[in-house]
Amino acid sequence: MIDPLFLAEAAINGILLGGVLALLALGLNLIFGVVDIVWIAYVDLVMLCMYAVYFLVMVYGWPVWLAALAAVAAGGALGVAVHLLVIAPILTAPPVNQLLATGGLLFFIQSLATFLWTTDHRSVRLALPVVEVGGMFLSFARLVAFAIALVAMLALYLFLTRTWMGTAIRAVAQDREAMALMGADPHRIYVVTSAVGGGMAGLAAALLSIQYSVHPHFGAAFGPLTFMICVLGGLGNMPGAFVAAFIMSEVIALGGVTWSTEMGYVVAFALFIVLMFLRPGGLLARRE
Amino acid sequence: MLELRGVTAGYGHFTALWDVSLTVQRGEAVAVVGPNGAGKTTLLRVLSGLIPPRAGEFRFEGESLAGRPAHEVVARGIAHVPEGRRLFPALTVADNLRMGAYLPAARAAFRESLERVYALFPVLAERRHQRAGSLSGGEQQMLAIARALMSRPKLILLDEPSLGLAPVMVLRVFDLIRRVREEGYTILVVEQNVRQVLRLVDRAYLLEVGRIRGEGRAADLEEQAFIRKAYVGL
Repeated sequence: MIDPLFLAEAAINGILLGGVLALLALGLNLIFGVVDIVWIAYVDLVMLCMYAVYFLVMVYGWPVWLAALAAVAAGGALGVAVHLLVIAPILTAPPVNQLLATGGLLFFIQSLATFLWTTDHRSVRLALPVVEVGGMFLSFARLVAFAIALVAMLALYLFLTRTWMGTAIRAVAQDREAMALMGADPHRIYVVTSAVGGGMAGLAAALLSIQYSVHPHFGAAFGPLTFMICVLGGLGNMPGAFVAAFIMSEVIALGGVTWSTEMGYVVAFALFIVLMFLRPGGLLARRE
Repeated sequence: MLELRGVTAGYGHFTALWDVSLTVQRGEAVAVVGPNGAGKTTLLRVLSGLIPPRAGEFRFEGESLAGRPAHEVVARGIAHVPEGRRLFPALTVADNLRMGAYLPAARAAFRESLERVYALFPVLAERRHQRAGSLSGGEQQMLAIARALMSRPKLILLDEPSLGLAPVMVLRVFDLIRRVREEGYTILVVEQNVRQVLRLVDRAYLLEVGRIRGEGRAADLEEQAFIRKAYVGL
């Protein structure tokens, strides 16, 4: 029998991980919802931004918060670059070609990172304390990452619902031609969406780099998980992705303490397959 | 105000419009009638910039707009209420109207436009916090027209406003279009419901298999249209 305190600690860690996963999933989902192309290489952009945080903090001695802001800016710029260089030319191409192009980008980024920085695991060393709450030990870095992720998602929500540009982004996701008839240049909306989605990747990178070490294959660990969360929530469905992120992270965390970390992932992916049979349109899919 | 000369347009290898010429004067209401597949929707899609014409001239207030993208055409003052309404179903009624005023010039007058539109369509004011997708067909058509008015257009293009509506609703929608007209807007409407639309407009063009087959004052055409009904099934 597992110590209940141990389980509680895992459950809380699951929630904390869920916050950052939700941020990643919302970023990917936002871009997919608007541009209608899945950025297979999304988490590899996160990886590039993690390297940026690592070098800025460990080599150039920047304070972490400043490096995090730089990562957000770098992520936004990368998002725009990916849109203009890779996505824009294939907007009307058949879906399989779009998949190949963004998949190709993934291998390009991974290989470039390996070439530039080798396969070493690098971590940002911060002397962050471990907090003890009622006999449970929680990492301060994870608590901070969770809080910032929540604030960022709230900011995204307010942006999408309270501003002209945010509402236009949601409108384009529903009917891009109709939004052109309203006077919005769809390509401008795409660029802004890609910048926001990229900025979220940059922020996620900053939050991940205080918890995990970075290496060229970082995307292989979090990429499939992020994609799975988006599909589970229903591609393009933001509330769905948010809920799915916490379900998945909880399964991984609890499965991890009950059996082993690997088994946690096995259970999560198995659950994903079962849920896809039960609700193929995603957890929160509307029945039309 | 609007002038088309020799416009040819289509999709891929298919040509939907052949050598179409028509004019709309300021303050006029003009209809384009014709059977299904005559090219009426294609004509409006050319006018709002959704597809470029292959040949011909398209001038609005003296400026050539042929081949301009849709978001630039609407900025010149042409608002298109597309076939099937094309609302943003997951946005509220109020947000749909807000998107109608997306253009910088329209945004500046947003509050004023909103009041005018709510005065014209009181049911939309009541339903402003409801999702557009939850409205009835007639209400959705009203919202689509109201959304177009929010851009403060000079010319409104209406594509089959009566399509898919119950007969009672058809009368109401035509009645509302009449009121929009009385507000001083210039209107170009495409319809299959010939009898109703001829009572609304000053002039009409008859479009068949992509070509203009006739043109005249609405009152004169009404009788002819009844005759045509027998063999083209208008």
